[in-house]
Amino acid sequence: MARITLSRLAHSYHADPKADADFALKEMDHTWEDGGAYALLGASGCGKTTLLNIISGLVRPSHGRVLFGEADVTDQPTAARNIAQVFQFPVVYDTMTVRDNLAFPLRNRGMGAAQVRARVDQVAAMIGMADRLGRKARGLTADAKQKISLGRGMVREDVNAILFDEPLTVIDPQMKWALRTQLKALHREFGHTMIYVTHDQTEALTFADRVVVMHDGRVVQTGTPQDLFETPAHTFVGYFIGSPGMNLFDAAVQGNRAVVGGHAVTLDAHYAPPRGRTQIGVRPEYVAVAATGDLPLTVTRVEDVGRHRILRAALAGAPLNAILPEGAPVPAEPRATFRPDRTLVYSDDWRVEGGAA
Amino acid sequence: MTDAAAPARALPAARAAARAERFPWGRVAVMTLYLLFLLVPIYWLVTMSLKTNREITSTFTLFPRDLTFDNYRTILTDPSWYMGYVNSILYVTMNVAISLAVALPAAYAFSRYRFMGDKHLFFWLLSNRMAPPAVFALPFFQLYSSVGLFDTHIAVALAHTLFNVPLAVWILEGFMRGVPKEIDETAYVDGYGFPRFFVTIFMPLIASGIGVAAFFTFMFSWVELLLSRTLTSVNAKPIAATMTRTVSASGMDWGVLAAAGVLTIIPGALVIWFVRNYIAKGFALGRV
Amino acid sequence: MDRTPNNRAWFLVLPMLALVLFSAVIPLMTVVNYSVQDTFGDNEFFWAGLAWFEETIASERMREALWRNVLFSAIILAIQIPLGIFVALNMPKRGFWASFCLVLMALPLLIPFNVVGTIWQIFGRVDIGLLGHALDVLGVDYNYVSDPLDAWITIVAMDVWHWTSLVALLCYAGLQSIPQAYYQAARIDQAGRWAVFRHIELPKLKGVLLIAVLLRFMDSFMIYTEPFVVTGGGPGNATTFLSIDLVKMATGQFDLGPAAAFSLMYFLVILLVSWVFYTVMTNLDREEEPR
Repeated sequence: MARITLSRLAHSYHADPKADADFALKEMDHTWEDGGAYALLGASGCGKTTLLNIISGLVRPSHGRVLFGEADVTDQPTAARNIAQVFQFPVVYDTMTVRDNLAFPLRNRGMGAAQVRARVDQVAAMIGMADRLGRKARGLTADAKQKISLGRGMVREDVNAILFDEPLTVIDPQMKWALRTQLKALHREFGHTMIYVTHDQTEALTFADRVVVMHDGRVVQTGTPQDLFETPAHTFVGYFIGSPGMNLFDAAVQGNRAVVGGHAVTLDAHYAPPRGRTQIGVRPEYVAVAATGDLPLTVTRVEDVGRHRILRAALAGAPLNAILPEGAPVPAEPRATFRPDRTLVYSDDWRVEGGAA
Repeated sequence: MTDAAAPARALPAARAAARAERFPWGRVAVMTLYLLFLLVPIYWLVTMSLKTNREITSTFTLFPRDLTFDNYRTILTDPSWYMGYVNSILYVTMNVAISLAVALPAAYAFSRYRFMGDKHLFFWLLSNRMAPPAVFALPFFQLYSSVGLFDTHIAVALAHTLFNVPLAVWILEGFMRGVPKEIDETAYVDGYGFPRFFVTIFMPLIASGIGVAAFFTFMFSWVELLLSRTLTSVNAKPIAATMTRTVSASGMDWGVLAAAGVLTIIPGALVIWFVRNYIAKGFALGRV
Repeated sequence: MDRTPNNRAWFLVLPMLALVLFSAVIPLMTVVNYSVQDTFGDNEFFWAGLAWFEETIASERMREALWRNVLFSAIILAIQIPLGIFVALNMPKRGFWASFCLVLMALPLLIPFNVVGTIWQIFGRVDIGLLGHALDVLGVDYNYVSDPLDAWITIVAMDVWHWTSLVALLCYAGLQSIPQAYYQAARIDQAGRWAVFRHIELPKLKGVLLIAVLLRFMDSFMIYTEPFVVTGGGPGNATTFLSIDLVKMATGQFDLGPAAAFSLMYFLVILLVSWVFYTVMTNLDREEEPR
């Protein structure tokens, strides 16, 4: 087990990158603590798989260094880094039994037969495949195969980290939950460093203790699911997390007031007028809709999603979503009020801290 | 609880592997040896075609001492030689056209429909590919003579369909299976008749499959000798047969023979060059 | 694909059927016809039953030729399949060099069979051929015209030169279809090169290998032109394969009855062995299908 440090890491597929756009991964400094359960969340193409492959050694970064603990592993090949990786679709050795699959990494390192057997039994019990050790890997279901992939990763006791690249992609929806729960249990029990790449926020938020959000080759925020939800550091985080995502409006901000489409909104901190494109953001959960309020709305429609309702409306030409509790009536002329402590200010997509009121 | 010994053991091997990935010396050596093995006999044929008969039979030289194009000149000016090429190209082209023309609808039927006896028909078709040409030499001779087609290009073209039609159907069916049936159904709904649908919509979709099938049928017809020699004598005589009569009063005309050989390789080389992007894809045949 | 039952599909198949009937079935019928008849000459035939078949089976000449073919095909498969796989493993995966190698490798496949024979006939000659001369200079006693072993070696070398690329190209295509993730997983599992081949590449090559083995077996068993041009079946009978014997019988001696019986049995042997290969290998596949 090790703490993984990325030092001034960047990656470009071009031979001589100049502009920011040439880099698939923009320069970053990031630390993954030993034993942490991390989710690496982002939209397709944002560079998360590239980052994962740099950590595992399948890709050599064009700039920067990767450290495991204190050791610089940037030049070390995958085989020497002692990590495990579970891929998007199950990778099992079809011709071997489940037992032989799990034993494979150990046998490659020359471990004794008795030791191998003991360890395989142990891991098989962990992943719930103990009853199927003698079966050929080929005929099993997708989730069983992914468990074997996972088991193959965990079978080495000194594995530094387990990396997951969207591992539930081919799993049936009903099994996804079961597998996620099992992963979480395994992490609690054994404490491996786990990095879980996904574009699904539910998977990320339920699995991880800390979520790393990536956008356009950059890490935009690292934090607990709570942090990401309540204080998104970047408009992308606000938009990507939550269902529906954060509402964003262009606004003029001065002191503790923001003006949106001619209407004033109260903020809970003082801001000097930010430079660049200024927006305020507020989650639908923190928009109160009533007959009286700060901002007039034009209702587009109301969606009933069971436990609550989503009000789709427009404010000053921009879309606004609000969560209405079940049963609450929609006023004829609805007006919205934003919770001041949950209204955040963004300048050029990055959050701005306010001063004392 | 780190297993310190194991990583240390893995490390040197892994590092060596990583180094090997930088420049693949092993692979380059293997490929160079193999390609040399393939090219040396051909090189020998080419140099021989550029030598005079005297030089060939009297001394042994790695490179022609008296470089000459006379052998090629003989072939290109003597009708009894160059007509051989013309004949070969003629019947091969006819064969490719016929084979594809009957294979396309048949492959479509096999890929889209289940009909009475379809599995048996398919296997029986494939079994024709396993027919030794030697078995058919004499029967073909008698058959085509009896219908007055002996020594014609069409006879050879038809004879070669024995092994080319099964192959073409096999290849085309594999590619057609990759096109979803929904496309056919949409076309019919849109009012296309079957012939128009097949030609304007379907064939462009399997264009690479047609290319692969054309390549293989060309290849197997171009290289075949036994049947093409048995069924021809003068008018449709392929170059292969002409080559076997190069013995003259002064002995074997090696130079001309070699030049004739080189010229038979050229059409094949050209075809490979044009379909080089499809070669690997084609061998996959959509079936593996 | 879900194929709809529709017997009118027979119309699409009809042109092909007509052609194959004409070009394959009818000639075959005449062969069957001859195989059960004998003649006094002057085109008068009488029924001979299975006499020709019995004679053929009993014929030592036929059995020797059969043995030669079996030996030849076995040697060919033993050399070409592993060599083809080996070459495919060493080929560049993509880019200019891949095309370069592909084109050069495919070259021997497109040379007319008699030219293949001619090339090796010349190549092996001690006086004017590069190979023959080189061996002579090295002091090796080599003469494919008079020495049966040398003749066999020459023909085997020629066939390996001619057809190995087919196996290599098939395997190359098969290897291309293996997703990168398998190789990556093997690196993570610290698997050695041999383990990667045995557990990842070889299983995935099963489909292509079936085609390669079938094609090479059939074609090597049917071989005619190349050895005929080089050795003519000699020295003596050393390289007289079944086809060469058959053509000699049919066109040279006009022993139609025996030739016909021979033909049918020849064809049957190939069909049978191919069917066995095919069934065995597709069943091996089916055993491992997900339940």
